[in-house]
Amino acid sequence: MSKISKDTPTSRRAFLRGAAAAGVGAVAAGGARSATPDPLITEVQPWASGLGEGVDATPYGLPIEFESDVIRRNVEWLTADTISSINFTPIHALDGTITPQGCAFERHHSGAIELRKEDYRLMINGMVGQPLVFTYADLERFPRENHVYFCECAANTGMEWAGAQLNGAQFTHGMIHNMEYTGVPLRTLLEEAGYDTAGKWVYFEGADASSNGRSIPMEKALDDVLVAFKANGEALRKEHGYPVRLVVPGWEGNMWVKWLRRIEVMDRPVESREETSKYTDTLADGTSRKWTWEMDAKSVVTSPSPQAPIAHGPGPLVITGLAWSGRGAITRVDVSKDGGKSWETARLAKPGEKMALSRFYLDTDWNGEEMLLQSRAMDETGYVQPTKAQLREVRGLNSIYHNNCIQTWWVKANGEAENVEVS
Amino acid sequence: MSKFPKLVLMAALAMATVPVWAETYGIGRPALPEEIAAWDLDVHPDGTGLPPGSGSVEDGEALFADYCAICHGDFAEGVDNWPKLAGGDGTLADEDPLKTVGSYWPYLSTTWDYVHRSMPFGNAQTLTDDEVYAIVAYILYSNYLVDEDFVLSNESFAEIELPNADGFIIDDRAATEYAQWTGEPCMSDCKENVEITMRALVLDVTPEETKARKVKQLVNATNPRNATAQDKVAVVVEAPAEDEPAAEEATAELAMPDPEMVAAGEKLFKKCKACHQVGDGAKNRSGPQLNGIVGRAAGAVEDFKYSKPLKAKAEEGLVWDAEALSAFLAKPKTYIKGTKMSFAGFKKEGDLEAIIAYLSTFPD
Repeated sequence: MSKISKDTPTSRRAFLRGAAAAGVGAVAAGGARSATPDPLITEVQPWASGLGEGVDATPYGLPIEFESDVIRRNVEWLTADTISSINFTPIHALDGTITPQGCAFERHHSGAIELRKEDYRLMINGMVGQPLVFTYADLERFPRENHVYFCECAANTGMEWAGAQLNGAQFTHGMIHNMEYTGVPLRTLLEEAGYDTAGKWVYFEGADASSNGRSIPMEKALDDVLVAFKANGEALRKEHGYPVRLVVPGWEGNMWVKWLRRIEVMDRPVESREETSKYTDTLADGTSRKWTWEMDAKSVVTSPSPQAPIAHGPGPLVITGLAWSGRGAITRVDVSKDGGKSWETARLAKPGEKMALSRFYLDTDWNGEEMLLQSRAMDETGYVQPTKAQLREVRGLNSIYHNNCIQTWWVKANGEAENVEVS
Repeated sequence: MSKFPKLVLMAALAMATVPVWAETYGIGRPALPEEIAAWDLDVHPDGTGLPPGSGSVEDGEALFADYCAICHGDFAEGVDNWPKLAGGDGTLADEDPLKTVGSYWPYLSTTWDYVHRSMPFGNAQTLTDDEVYAIVAYILYSNYLVDEDFVLSNESFAEIELPNADGFIIDDRAATEYAQWTGEPCMSDCKENVEITMRALVLDVTPEETKARKVKQLVNATNPRNATAQDKVAVVVEAPAEDEPAAEEATAELAMPDPEMVAAGEKLFKKCKACHQVGDGAKNRSGPQLNGIVGRAAGAVEDFKYSKPLKAKAEEGLVWDAEALSAFLAKPKTYIKGTKMSFAGFKKEGDLEAIIAYLSTFPD
């Protein structure tokens, strides 16, 4: 009878949903059958009878209250205060690749300032034929482009150098976001000012008190750097540099100067605070690498993970995560369930795009036994994401920045997961 | 101070080397020399960009005590999690390197530029050039890099070479890493055994302050590099909030301030946030927490280290009523000479009333 065959899977799904909401590990494998009819189905629910909110109840909407735990979080002890600080994107709870602006991580050096478009000025000076000043409205008159890029803080995963420390993908890998930017190619503005070909560097500063000055080689500046004013279709949020920020594809987030106010063409780098005392990577012998701009290929399983445990029993399981490379497109992601003894190639949701997040899935059948979950990204240069041991062998424990190691989640039989290191 | 000589040179260069004059859109307007001078402040390692001026270690010590010590400590040794500016000599290869101006920063220009541009925290670009020279001189002195009679100027600047100037190499990942981490990776039988060698014992990393604190203790305790870990776990996690009925009473006693004023005050309070907290769970930062400040005796927050001049005022019986707060917040350094508060004062009409209205909404 078609009636039974239709009913059974429906109630089973509802049952699984209920179990997921109730918590971890309550459900036995497959084929669970409801003993009594589900009142969510058999009884008329208020939402099926009464009325919902009218339009305009929320002129600009936030996620529904049931998603209120999908938020940025900070780790208080990392910094002296929250003004010169960082928080983390809830990557464990997101899917796809585009990061909503409202939960995209923030990193400020002197707080998120409020700068009106009307008060915005952008100066280009230095080795140019004509130093120029642009208003915000001026920028919107140049031909503009759209590109999706990830922005990763150089310190993402930085707390994990010495050992597994923070329990959650949000905290170990959440200093990253991925947005579709609208902006003017920097090259256009440099050409407008008539840059001098003897100028090998371009220095960028923000309008905030920190200024966060960074020097970028002219070659990169002319290549793909954007002066952006929209993200995911709308104005940048103040925490991401409203009204205008720099977008430096594939390079460390600190160079993506927010509240961009000045561009200076130079014949050498400034050696500013952010490119000497910070964002330099100290090796085991005490010497430090500088100008480590590119973000190497990296990936992480976002679910299951400590904040996203398996809430159902054995059976079909979607293992998913993110992969990215500052040196090009992701070409492949492998997943290991046994701590790196053996690997399976995961499915990319779509072909990798240069300097943008890729979403991978491994649709698998979980036998209910514990797993040591890892993911390993490869990019178009042939680079393979290294293990933590490999990184430590070259760099020691004190690099702080650029930790792109393979992450291990220990998924236990009850579905909970923990951040671990393996031999 | 300005870089006109450089600009002139660049213009000459531009003519000589034929600049890249692509087709332009004619958008924007020429930047005026005064505008460039106001914004083009960067200083290069060789001192290019430094304005004329000078400041002594002696002057710097007093200025540092006024403007910097509240976060960086009297001797630049750092308070709490704020940056340490001195010490750490020879520690860069240690397990726990201490990176300061003396031990790590390669160029003095960076210190000058950063102090000039971005400090004091929350009150940037208020120091005179000579004050910046003096503070930088004191930072050098606190790192034992100059004598106590040293005077830093745009001329003596070139004499200073920081100890770690040669401690940096240009990114060599392409040579040292990429070759060995490229190619077809192993897919099966990649290792014989896999064992868990380390666990994140931190089991509940939440954004709540108390838990975050607990996490910090746990992390300190579990971090393999913290040898004295055992003691740290024992530290008690924050006590629960004060008993609430009392707080409610206090609220009731206050006349309700104008909501618009409160809203305006909340915006203004951003200027204070770097150092002061209010509301539930407010704690002392570089400034005391301000719950109940309006109407409270001065210098009364426990565990906060007030400046001597403020303590003296407190002993004289100063109470922070609206009048006293207005006078203080209009010109802090005039009202209490020697206060540690590095805030220039509210200048706009109505700001004082607004900030006090806002503060009055936080009972003790």
